[in-house]
Amino acid sequence: MRGIAKSYGAVRANAGIDLDVEAGQIVGLLGENGSGKSTLMKVLFGMVKPDAGGIVYKGRELSGHDPRAALAAGIGMIHQHFMLVEAMTVAENVMLGWDAAGRWLKRGAMATAVRDTSARFGLDIDPEARVGDLSLGRRQRVEILKALMRGVDLLILDEPTSNLTPGEVAGLFGVLRQLKAQGKGVVLITHKLHEILEITDAVVVLRDGTVSGRRPTRDASAGDLARMMVERDVTAALPRIATGRGGAPLLSVVGLTVAGSAGDALDDVSFDLAPGEVLAVAGIDGNGQSALVEAVAGLRRPEAGSIALLGRDVTGASVAARVRAGLAYIPADRGMTSLVQGMSIAENLALRDIGRAPHSRLSWLRRGGMDQEARRRIRDFAIRTAGPAAAARDLSGGNQQKIVIAREMDRRPRVLVAFQATWGLDPGAARFVQEQVMAMRNAGHAVLYVASELDEVLALGDRIGVLCGGRMVAIVPREAVDLREIGLMMAGHPGGEVTA
Amino acid sequence: MDWAHLLDLLAATIRIATPLAFAAMGGILSERAGVFAVGLEGMMLSGACGAAVGAVLLGPAAGILGAALCGGAMGAVIATVTVRHGADNMVTGIAANILAIGLTNFLVRVLLGHGASPRIHIDLLGPVRIPLLADLPGLGPLLFDQPWLTYMAALVPLPLTLFLSRSRWGLTLRAAGENPLAVFAVGGDPLAIRFRAVVACGAVAGIGGAVLVLGQVGTFTDNMTAGRGYLALAAIIVGRWTPWPTIAACLLFAAADALTLRVQVFSLPVSSYVVQMLPYALALAVLVGLGHSARLPAAAGTTFRRGGG
Repeated sequence: MRGIAKSYGAVRANAGIDLDVEAGQIVGLLGENGSGKSTLMKVLFGMVKPDAGGIVYKGRELSGHDPRAALAAGIGMIHQHFMLVEAMTVAENVMLGWDAAGRWLKRGAMATAVRDTSARFGLDIDPEARVGDLSLGRRQRVEILKALMRGVDLLILDEPTSNLTPGEVAGLFGVLRQLKAQGKGVVLITHKLHEILEITDAVVVLRDGTVSGRRPTRDASAGDLARMMVERDVTAALPRIATGRGGAPLLSVVGLTVAGSAGDALDDVSFDLAPGEVLAVAGIDGNGQSALVEAVAGLRRPEAGSIALLGRDVTGASVAARVRAGLAYIPADRGMTSLVQGMSIAENLALRDIGRAPHSRLSWLRRGGMDQEARRRIRDFAIRTAGPAAAARDLSGGNQQKIVIAREMDRRPRVLVAFQATWGLDPGAARFVQEQVMAMRNAGHAVLYVASELDEVLALGDRIGVLCGGRMVAIVPREAVDLREIGLMMAGHPGGEVTA
Repeated sequence: MDWAHLLDLLAATIRIATPLAFAAMGGILSERAGVFAVGLEGMMLSGACGAAVGAVLLGPAAGILGAALCGGAMGAVIATVTVRHGADNMVTGIAANILAIGLTNFLVRVLLGHGASPRIHIDLLGPVRIPLLADLPGLGPLLFDQPWLTYMAALVPLPLTLFLSRSRWGLTLRAAGENPLAVFAVGGDPLAIRFRAVVACGAVAGIGGAVLVLGQVGTFTDNMTAGRGYLALAAIIVGRWTPWPTIAACLLFAAADALTLRVQVFSLPVSSYVVQMLPYALALAVLVGLGHSARLPAAAGTTFRRGGG
């Protein structure tokens, strides 16, 4: 692949990327969320058309192809979410959409072929098993089997280990070694350093849509790769005044444990939030972030531990009680959790305080009051809209987020919990959100800011926390941040735990 | 009840089950592809109308053809609304059923009655005796001296089963009902598959309507399907979306219906309306007993949008 470029609106997902894969080679593609790994591979597999650049596969130019053509050429992709029919057997899934299965299905021949291929690559798959009964690791093997039986020579795996148990990961790596031994090329997309070091022959590191480093794996060290993955220019600093950070903590969380599936649980997390500080929490998506913010916001009941707001225990308190105590929450999915898409801007803005003047009196809504209040907020927060009566769904993502910010901030909360608050926003809107967060901090309030963009975390945090596997593996003061360390900790690499 | 009564009951059961069987077989096609076949009733009624018009104007063969065409057309209407435009399956199906009542009344009056309510008399399809088998004592004359549509109803599950489980088309159709994204991922078009399945469902269910007109009643009356489509729908669920068990379920409901006809004769101290409710009450009871089924095609009733993930 040469000079691949792809932009989504103003976001450059890929900017001139080169990638080579040889037969019998496993190439690791390493990078954070949003670094452009998946986009690059979707271009290769024909799911996304690049803006520029070209692909040569086995000496032949590939361009304007779709997934079907990619498969026919011998390129297969295993998606993070499997494309299998659970109610059908392995053999039926293999036959689905495959001309070689015959107009009248050759069930016997196919079952034999599945067994042969399975044995050749050590997949250990029974053609008659129902996919719904198989573990996720097995289902992944069915996907690999499907690709192999269609004659794929280059296999792309998108974060293949994210849903697997450690034992299944070891099994997958065994399969990958088999593929390599039989001359297949493999691209492994991941953000886990140890996987790169364990299985790949060469590694390409992406950052912000460009290649930030490439080398043979034997010449790479974990520290090296972590630095390449996360290091960058710190963009224009946000206004930050000395707040002293004194006084009793506004929010204190002790031993917080939340039950949930892997990646959505929290294990013994403790921290304090002082007035005038931002605790920014970094981590790869799916390491307990949503469990953390939802437990603090009161949407999920913790299994153990306590949460105190302004010195008062609110562990068992309702969302409404927490809001009254001075908590504000900006959820990650503004479309679903924060806004009612079909309702007007004025109504959305009034949602949190609907029971109070000027929005209502004696339980009856006061349209005039709501409208006036909405106009003021639209002005103060520069929300671009036709007026308070416009429906929330007609606004751009940035302006929708401004509604949420206006609603939460205008109530003068003491503690703000923000989760992926700038996700999907253009740089201007993201900057606005960040400035609001800083303004709140500068006014002596406290912010818990959880984001997967390391840039943001570094720009905003007075202290930087790192979540990995549901545990807060470290909280480091801003001045003491070592990017290499943070990168290692995010990637689950034991890098010495530091707590401040 | 003596032997003659029992034979009579069985004969009625087979007669009642035949249109149900066609409708249910069509419904299986639609539901396995992922579209709830709530519109079966409307498809049957359209088929009955097509059968009457075709048979009166051109003869019985045209009647069958007309039934399939009209049922298929109703299927195409439903498929356009649900599959192409992603409307709710239930609401669309019910709306189509109500539409069919008005539309068939109108068409029959315009095409056969010059605007007024027509007098239609169609000669019923005669029984076809199968030699030797029909001479068997006891059940022989009952099972093997039937109109050929009845034999067809009994045999449809065979090709349908083969199609669903043995052919590539059938496999893709079932996958479209289970996980359309998987079909899309291997280069198929789940929307086109569903569309064709619903049209085919309409054609087969339409023949079920033709059975009523050509094989049993000999005329077309307003709303003559009278809920049979819904009963077929229940039979599909009881039959677990598989052809042979669904046929068995059709026979079960038909037997209950036949029994109510017989019971009414005995002038029990119960309102005949209550007795008429029995097959439907039975259907409800069986459905309650089965509860939510894991065998329901996983993506039934869901919409699929290209590129929508």
